[in-house]
Amino acid sequence: MSTVHVWFVIGVVGLVTFLLRFAFIGLGDRLKEPEVLRRILRLVPPTVLTALVTSSLFLQEGKVPLTLRNPEYPAALIAGLVAWRTKNLLWTILSGMIALWLFRWL
Amino acid sequence: MVSATLCMNTEVSRGAVWLEGATRVLPLLIGVFPFALIAGSTAISVGLTPWEAIGFSLFIFAGASQLAALELMGSHAPIYVVIVTAWIINLRMLIYSAAMAPHFRHLTLRWRSLVAYLLTDQAFVLASLRFEDEPRAPHKRYYYLGAAMGLWITWQIGSALGIVLGARIPQDWSLDFAIPLTFIALMVPALKDRVAVAASLSAGLSVLLLAWMPMNLGFIAAIAVGVVVGLLVEGGRS
Repeated sequence: MSTVHVWFVIGVVGLVTFLLRFAFIGLGDRLKEPEVLRRILRLVPPTVLTALVTSSLFLQEGKVPLTLRNPEYPAALIAGLVAWRTKNLLWTILSGMIALWLFRWL
Repeated sequence: MVSATLCMNTEVSRGAVWLEGATRVLPLLIGVFPFALIAGSTAISVGLTPWEAIGFSLFIFAGASQLAALELMGSHAPIYVVIVTAWIINLRMLIYSAAMAPHFRHLTLRWRSLVAYLLTDQAFVLASLRFEDEPRAPHKRYYYLGAAMGLWITWQIGSALGIVLGARIPQDWSLDFAIPLTFIALMVPALKDRVAVAASLSAGLSVLLLAWMPMNLGFIAAIAVGVVVGLLVEGGRS
């Protein structure tokens, strides 16, 4: 791909991405917030997070690999328990990483 | 410390709120940094110049779409395919923008543009969890800025290092696993009532069932399913 093409991609994708991010934030005071929107938006963080967790753990290139012998699964489970007990980000990440190294080594 | 004590009874200072955001984001950077290294080194490996690679991280600043665009460019896909793919992968930003908008509605256009430019998965999640706990928290923009700037700086430094060094962090360390761990750590406390659990379970299941949809569209559809189920459960209860 030539330099001009690369910068064209950077420019267009950069602009498009910014506009997606700006779409509602850009409305500012003109934003209307009906009750139903408020109820929808409250559900967004848990659903997005669960979708992110599920897709990053169980999807590979758009497919679900049918295996349970992945050391990431028990490590994720342990991290989930630590998250539930401690509600602490750092402990969760550290325990998950250490569990992964341990399960791979076993 | 003195100023913090003095402010306690009146109002929290902007700096303190900024620092709170910057501190909260620190653990997340463990996962973001290796991801940035990969984004930088991939740009070089598909044949981009260092400046073009920096342009990617600076002007697009969205990891998953950067990697997808780079891989397509590396395999000589038509330009419109590259652009449409990146657009669809970033469609979720629209949802984040809607969720963030009420918190920043009174800011100037310049501030809102900055907030939008810095919007990422992680910034959205940290900010919405914090603001949900305390909707009238003072200086929300500084909390957001503290967290989002940490992510931005890490992303830029990480990609620059990836560009210069290539991906030198040994693969054996599996540091990329820190990203799902980050999301797990944030997901668990967000599941605070039956409605949230029902919405999340159906979104998680739908992500897998809709994996056949092209270009990450299943992700957006799964969130829609989760939200609808959540609304139904909520409606049935009241």
